[in-house]
Amino acid sequence: MKAAPFDYVEAGSADEAVFLLGEAGSDAAILAGGQTLMPLLSLRMTNPSVLVDINPANDMAGVSRGEHGIRIGARTRQCDAMRDPMVRNCVPALAQAIAHVGHYQTRARGTVGGSIALGEPAAEQPATAVAMGATIELRSGRGTRLVPAREFYVGPYMTTRADDEVLVAVHFPEWHEDTQVVVREVARRPGDFALVGLIMLLDIRQSKIERAGIGWFGMGPTPMAAPLVETALVGRFLSELDPRGLAQTASSQLEPSDDLHATSLYRRTVAQRMFERSLQTLAGKIAA
Amino acid sequence: MSLHFIEFELNGRTVEGMTDARRTLLDYLRTDEGCTGPHGGCEHGVCGACTVLLDGQAVRSCLMLAVQANGKRVETVESLASENGELHPIQQMFREEFALQCGFCTPGFLMTLAALDRTEPRPDAEEMRAALSGHLCRCTGYQGILRVVDRLAEERR
Repeated sequence: MKAAPFDYVEAGSADEAVFLLGEAGSDAAILAGGQTLMPLLSLRMTNPSVLVDINPANDMAGVSRGEHGIRIGARTRQCDAMRDPMVRNCVPALAQAIAHVGHYQTRARGTVGGSIALGEPAAEQPATAVAMGATIELRSGRGTRLVPAREFYVGPYMTTRADDEVLVAVHFPEWHEDTQVVVREVARRPGDFALVGLIMLLDIRQSKIERAGIGWFGMGPTPMAAPLVETALVGRFLSELDPRGLAQTASSQLEPSDDLHATSLYRRTVAQRMFERSLQTLAGKIAA
Repeated sequence: MSLHFIEFELNGRTVEGMTDARRTLLDYLRTDEGCTGPHGGCEHGVCGACTVLLDGQAVRSCLMLAVQANGKRVETVESLASENGELHPIQQMFREEFALQCGFCTPGFLMTLAALDRTEPRPDAEEMRAALSGHLCRCTGYQGILRVVDRLAEERR
């Protein structure tokens, strides 16, 4: 339960982080809040030679509005993001999702960008980025590129980020103000990784679904989008929905794993019920 | 493996020393400073026994490197009671409500409650309970601890 030896360097800005990561070579890692990386180091599940600490990089923290939506600096602490007025008003799904992330004590250190960069498949924030169609801003010595969250994740803790790229910010698009948000998860204890989790955004105007965004967590090797059911939902009126059928569509592309916490069958069953009930609750809420 | 000089404020006094990059703040406090109030339970952020205040915020000292405390203000359970041994009001409530048995988890609970106690606007009982979900206690069944939360909430009203 002690980390293997590594070197440590501090980055005082995003540019410095990019430079240091480029210098450090392919087995370096960025240390942000450390609430995921530090356990991985202690358990020796990862073994970087250099840690580049971005905690001093104050230019990597903060929330602003840009052309791709609400831009959240990668080192913005979770406790700050969930209280931020712009996040609460313009990206309520993220504020609600962060309330499920870890605990009061870990949200004081943990960052929005750190969780999204690591890509734990059962974590809330990567799934929120996928559900909302967020864009991930990566910077290296070669320049800056924007990657859709839906193309970012390739496997457990595996992303399309290159070794020399620093995730500097995440851009969350602003959905219409009538958008309904559901964040649900089933976990053994509060703060644990979810066994099954769902982020659902439905833009509903005059009882008609104009836009849908679905993200699952704990239901496959990555945070999972559900494009089939999004297509099936858009353009439909709430009164004509078949929640059970849609729940099957929503879970048809999931690949939940069997492990000591839950079986694949359990996860799939809970996911379908969760989706069905979420739709029913929303329909009831809008009708009332 | 890099070696670093660090200097930070620990319970009101300035301390300094050398540390390996990989050493956690928890290990540094316990072995280099003899500050054994923070306890190492799970050492991966689940149990909460190592909770300390970093610049006034409750954090896991096992999920931080000692080198990251450089220039910061760290408070541990040792800072709560006064010099003459008089207990902090929250400690006194723990005693009165039998909110501890073996005491292993207690420093963590106390530091989270101490952080909440200073927070403005003041959190209600529900928020304090939610914050305490970040701590595990294997002895008390939590009932005594929750009585302390209720008393704290009542006192603040």
